[in-house]
Amino acid sequence: MASILAVDDSASMRQMVTFALQKAGHEVVEAADGEQALALAKTRKVNLVITDVNMPKMDGITLIRELRTLPDYRFTPILMLTTESAPEKKQQGKAAGATGWLVKPFNPDQLIATISKVLG
Amino acid sequence: MSIDISQFHQTFFEESLEGLDIMESGLLSLDCGTVDTETINAIFRAAHSIKGGSATFGFTQVAEFTHAMETLLDEMREGKRQVTQESVEVLLRAVDCLREMIAAQRDGGSMDEQLAAQVQGEMEALLGKTGGDDPIDVSGNTSGTPAEADKACRTWLIDFRPHPDLLQTGNDPALLFRELATMGDLEVEVDDAALPPFPEFDAEQCHLKWRLKLTTTAGEDAIREIFEWVEDVCDLEITALSPSPPADAGPHEIRTDPPGQEPPFEGPGEGPGKAQRPPAAKKPRPTESGSIRVSIDKIDHLINMVGELVITQSMMGNLDGGFEDFDINRLEQLREGLALLERNTRELQESVMRIRMLPISFVFSRFPRMVHDLSQKLGKKINLVLSGEQTELDKTVMEKIGDPLVHLIRNAIDHGIEPPEQRIAAGKPETGTVHLNAYHKGGNIVIEINDDGAGFNKEKILAKARERGLVEKDAQLSDDRIYDLIFQPGFSTADTVSDVSGRGVGMDVVRRNIRELGGNIEISSREGEGTTFTIRLPLTLAILDGQLVRIGSETFIVPLVSIVESLQIRAENVNSIAGRTEVYKLRDEYIPVLRTHDIFQVEGGPAHIEDGLLVVIEGDGHKAGLLVDDLLGQQQVVIKSLETNFQRVCGISGATILGDGTVALILDVEGLVQLSRRPADEGPGPRQRAVA
Repeated sequence: MASILAVDDSASMRQMVTFALQKAGHEVVEAADGEQALALAKTRKVNLVITDVNMPKMDGITLIRELRTLPDYRFTPILMLTTESAPEKKQQGKAAGATGWLVKPFNPDQLIATISKVLG
Repeated sequence: MSIDISQFHQTFFEESLEGLDIMESGLLSLDCGTVDTETINAIFRAAHSIKGGSATFGFTQVAEFTHAMETLLDEMREGKRQVTQESVEVLLRAVDCLREMIAAQRDGGSMDEQLAAQVQGEMEALLGKTGGDDPIDVSGNTSGTPAEADKACRTWLIDFRPHPDLLQTGNDPALLFRELATMGDLEVEVDDAALPPFPEFDAEQCHLKWRLKLTTTAGEDAIREIFEWVEDVCDLEITALSPSPPADAGPHEIRTDPPGQEPPFEGPGEGPGKAQRPPAAKKPRPTESGSIRVSIDKIDHLINMVGELVITQSMMGNLDGGFEDFDINRLEQLREGLALLERNTRELQESVMRIRMLPISFVFSRFPRMVHDLSQKLGKKINLVLSGEQTELDKTVMEKIGDPLVHLIRNAIDHGIEPPEQRIAAGKPETGTVHLNAYHKGGNIVIEINDDGAGFNKEKILAKARERGLVEKDAQLSDDRIYDLIFQPGFSTADTVSDVSGRGVGMDVVRRNIRELGGNIEISSREGEGTTFTIRLPLTLAILDGQLVRIGSETFIVPLVSIVESLQIRAENVNSIAGRTEVYKLRDEYIPVLRTHDIFQVEGGPAHIEDGLLVVIEGDGHKAGLLVDDLLGQQQVVIKSLETNFQRVCGISGATILGDGTVALILDVEGLVQLSRRPADEGPGPRQRAVA
């Protein structure tokens, strides 16, 4: 059981991700954009961050970059959720410090399989 | 684990429709020539979310359609494409199309496939391609797993040399090995030769190298997939050892992605044939339950109020010490408690009412698009100004005010605002302004629709009215009366009938709808300068301001808004027509008198008509006089429906419970006025009394 921060501006996506993760026995905190997520991450330490890329206020790439500057999040796995299979987005994410990515569309089983790759 | 993703559909529909609204208003503001990156980004994000969601939740058609939109918007966002009028128009049509598509999925209906194909074609034409050559990822990716035939067990030698900064990305070699171990037999050999001497050791750097031996049935692609996330922070060599694999074996550098190599997620139900997926629309969906969004602060406020109520209750409970030692002090406390209780109740009531209140922007938001479309169609330049969008209004009232507002705005654009040439000739700015404003005033919400157009031509209205016989040939009418003519059925001053407006159906309906909501509408206009329509509506339909009247021994409630005046009856002003219908001469008009005692079968009633009072009510554009015994007080009453508990009763719109616990009926003004206009012998009252 891990605590996971799920960041997505789409409520239905967030709902699905949260539901799937909770069903797999994890504790989930949600945020609707990067700003919210960053504020949340500063108040509590989570074991994994799953973030969308395109979001209002602060996008996922910036969020990853910001998280990596926090001492608590230097080695925390951060996965990005993106519909953009375009390599430059992944590169940007990686450069910012993302651990890996998950390409939309995905289903709950794929999500669970993927996070098991990064949770120790 | 299997999760039924259809449980998220409702949320997806709701947010997609919201997203479409954002796209629409964004596109409309782009249209005004201000190309704002944030706006384009917001539009793009909305399209992007809809595409992502629809693909995830299995709405393939929506996803494919949105893909083209997203691509267009992405190019605009990146500055690769000019924002042209043409592309905005196409995108607006696409928004409409998508809205229909999503509604069709939600309600299990069908949509105009041809239209969708046409709009998609237009978008693809803009993108400069014939379509179909860019299939998108709407079904799961299918690469990654090797061919089924490749089942033989093989041993692979994996040389894994992480760069020192591998750990900074949150990846952990141990986890990678754990993953590899699930694929088959794994032998791990660590090379710590590069480990620096202890004083120089940095725990945050990776200094180790590994040589792994994996015996598995999985192919090289599957192994490579494990290292996908670390491929550029390590050197990786994968070599097949035994048995000798087909020709493609040999050292592979992973640093360059093989073409078409997508993250290989393949889940159950994500087969390659996306067309075979059962279309979600086939399933009949439950119709949307009437839900509203309530902001947290309203709920918090409500909970606060309930807290207060509980405190008051416990305070009152402390007073309960038996009657023996009940002294004047306690009476004082009791009085305080009651005052507090009254305040709590009132505030609680207000808070509960606020839950049903939504900002009027829900209605206003559809107008920018409408004005845009109309102005294009009519060749007029129009600037729509919205203000007071945050003014709150009961949900039910909101739903019913939409159509009347649409009508008034159409009128303002079609008849009010002049064509550009005419405006310039009249010395006005070329672009006309329509201002839609909302604000609270007293217990009402006021909505104003103002245009700086031609205004009403009083002479023309009068002439038309005379022609139709609505007004006497040489009658002198006040401005208000003249404007009032506009609300007569079938009245239109438009010289030409367009398909936008001008058939004269409508203004009477507009007024009727507004009155049904317990509101009213007023006009003020100056020829050549413009027109303002002012609509006043009650904030809620659940409570009304009532005038309590006594009829016989019963108390009835007349909605205050419908009362024109109340007066003492002078016997000489009462006449009866054809010996049955009574009329009262009110200054220069005759109004029918309704003997409420007869209609509602109440005992008593004034022996002589001049002993009673006449309450003049107006409904449906006509006046009538209610004969009552006495005027009591005015108060706000909570409306309880009779129909839900009993049945519809002619002349009664509902009931309420008064402070003393008795039930009082609320009069239906429209119904009574209609009743008064029927010949007396058709009236519902079984006992028609002779004239007193």
